Amino acid sequence: MNAIIVSALLGVVMMFSGIFTTNKTIIKNIATVGVLVLLAANLMEMYNLFSFDINTHDLIVTQRYGLFFNCIAYGATFIYLVLSASDITEVGVNVAEYFALIFFVLCGVAIISSFNGLLMLFIGVEILSIPLYILTGADKRNLKSNEASLKYFLMGAFSTGVMLMGIALMYGATGNFGMVHNAGIRGVITASQQPPYLLVAGVLLLFASMSFKVSAAPFHFWTPDVYDGAPSVFTSFMSTIVKAAGMLAFIRVFENQYMVLGPTWHIIVDFAIVTTLLIGNITAVFQQSVKRMLAYSSIAQAGFMLFALYANNTEIAKEGMLLYAAAYSLATISIFAVLIKLQDYTLDGFNGLAKKEPVLAFAATVSLLSLSGIPLTAGFFAKYYVLAGAMQAGGALWLIIVAVLLAAVSVYYYFRVIQAMYFKAGDPETLPISGGFKAALIGVAALIVILGIWPSALLSWLYF
Amino acid sequence: MPIQYYIYLCLALFSIGIVGVLTRRNAIIVFMCIELMLNAVNLLLVAFSKVHNTAALAGDKTSMIGIEAQLFVFFIMVVAAAEVSVGLAIIVMMYRNVHSVDINFLNRLKN
Repeated sequence: MNAIIVSALLGVVMMFSGIFTTNKTIIKNIATVGVLVLLAANLMEMYNLFSFDINTHDLIVTQRYGLFFNCIAYGATFIYLVLSASDITEVGVNVAEYFALIFFVLCGVAIISSFNGLLMLFIGVEILSIPLYILTGADKRNLKSNEASLKYFLMGAFSTGVMLMGIALMYGATGNFGMVHNAGIRGVITASQQPPYLLVAGVLLLFASMSFKVSAAPFHFWTPDVYDGAPSVFTSFMSTIVKAAGMLAFIRVFENQYMVLGPTWHIIVDFAIVTTLLIGNITAVFQQSVKRMLAYSSIAQAGFMLFALYANNTEIAKEGMLLYAAAYSLATISIFAVLIKLQDYTLDGFNGLAKKEPVLAFAATVSLLSLSGIPLTAGFFAKYYVLAGAMQAGGALWLIIVAVLLAAVSVYYYFRVIQAMYFKAGDPETLPISGGFKAALIGVAALIVILGIWPSALLSWLYF
Repeated sequence: MPIQYYIYLCLALFSIGIVGVLTRRNAIIVFMCIELMLNAVNLLLVAFSKVHNTAALAGDKTSMIGIEAQLFVFFIMVVAAAEVSVGLAIIVMMYRNVHSVDINFLNRLKN
């Protein structure tokens, strides 16, 4: 509850700060401090020190798991602001509004991590996505940004319609908006009057629209265009924190709903995982632009996160989801922070970066290693945990083999960037790089390695 | 009237919306079709609300079951209004730059 209220308030504070000052540094600092306040408020609720006591009639139920996810998301946002806040201020003139929208997105994250019932799921997902339509189009004079924004908006609104239809059909069948586990399938109308295929159709529609939100195949087609067209700083934000939150919503809503579909459930999820991994990894190989390659790689990573969905309710998969959110967010934020500093987003733009800016090249290398899941980086244990969770759920050996093979494919396109940085000659043009930025990058790289050696440093927080 | 009629009507409206989104090329009309989809859902929710309420009234004269669907409809309206404001702003922004609201414009990113 704390996180929802504080983040919404901070969003309003940011909007007003835009009236009183146009100094970019001040606005940037308010936002960075604001995220820390948000993190502190969330921690206070996690350790039962202080929380707003509001009776929501069980629409919102905070659990430790969700609060911990909030901590990861806000921690990642803090790192994101430290690395990229100065680039956010360069996107356009209404600087304060971008930060305000980021806080509203964080409010959506808090709702998604604590919803109890389909009403709050809908509200949370919408609060998460509506600010993103604006952020995608933040670069108003840029046609690519306009196009990405319109495309994202039309597709997003369309998938919202599909999701609502799913929810309405589920309501028709069960008579309530509760999650199956706490309401039971207690239809007021008996089965003879109301055929259960309403419920099945509803669950399938909900599945389709949630796959759209996390860009899982076959609903991924918007992702490369939108991620490519949006200003790079905001691509960084929506491909990490927002995507992890969307995935959490997906997992939480289907955690118990899946039994409606019976054995068909596994066929559907298998199909989603395999096509997502195939399309993401294979298409990424052919990309010449690193930004577009990262968009496809984010589809591929979504495929791995879907394993946490596959392994419903196993403890290790839930931990794996958290670890994956942290590892993936850290690595992607750091690689995007490096990318933004380069003028040329193609692969050739990275040529010779190691000679010119060794720190940037090093941080990018660690992030890429983590994304491809090389041991001693956080990405390795993240992949290990979700796959182990799927293993525990049983019956999925071929699926795991496919995933590991495609992870090997991903090594190819991640290493092409490393090869360009270290083994090719060139003189990449970069924006001015401050010492603080380099230090922060080193810090993130260190964090990735620490999580890779000692993942329980993060996960043990879940229990204490 | 049986609930099936309402379900068929709403699914028909919803399908008209989907077909419109997939076939029309004008951004505003696509947007109107999306609104049509949302309103089909609203109608369906209200119909289901009434059905569940009537069924519950048979057992308990003061039953409030079914009211949550009507609340949900208000939430959908509010969210749809927020989406309209953002969506029209995006369309206006696009119109300023290219003087057209044609979706075919959305092909530049492909290459």
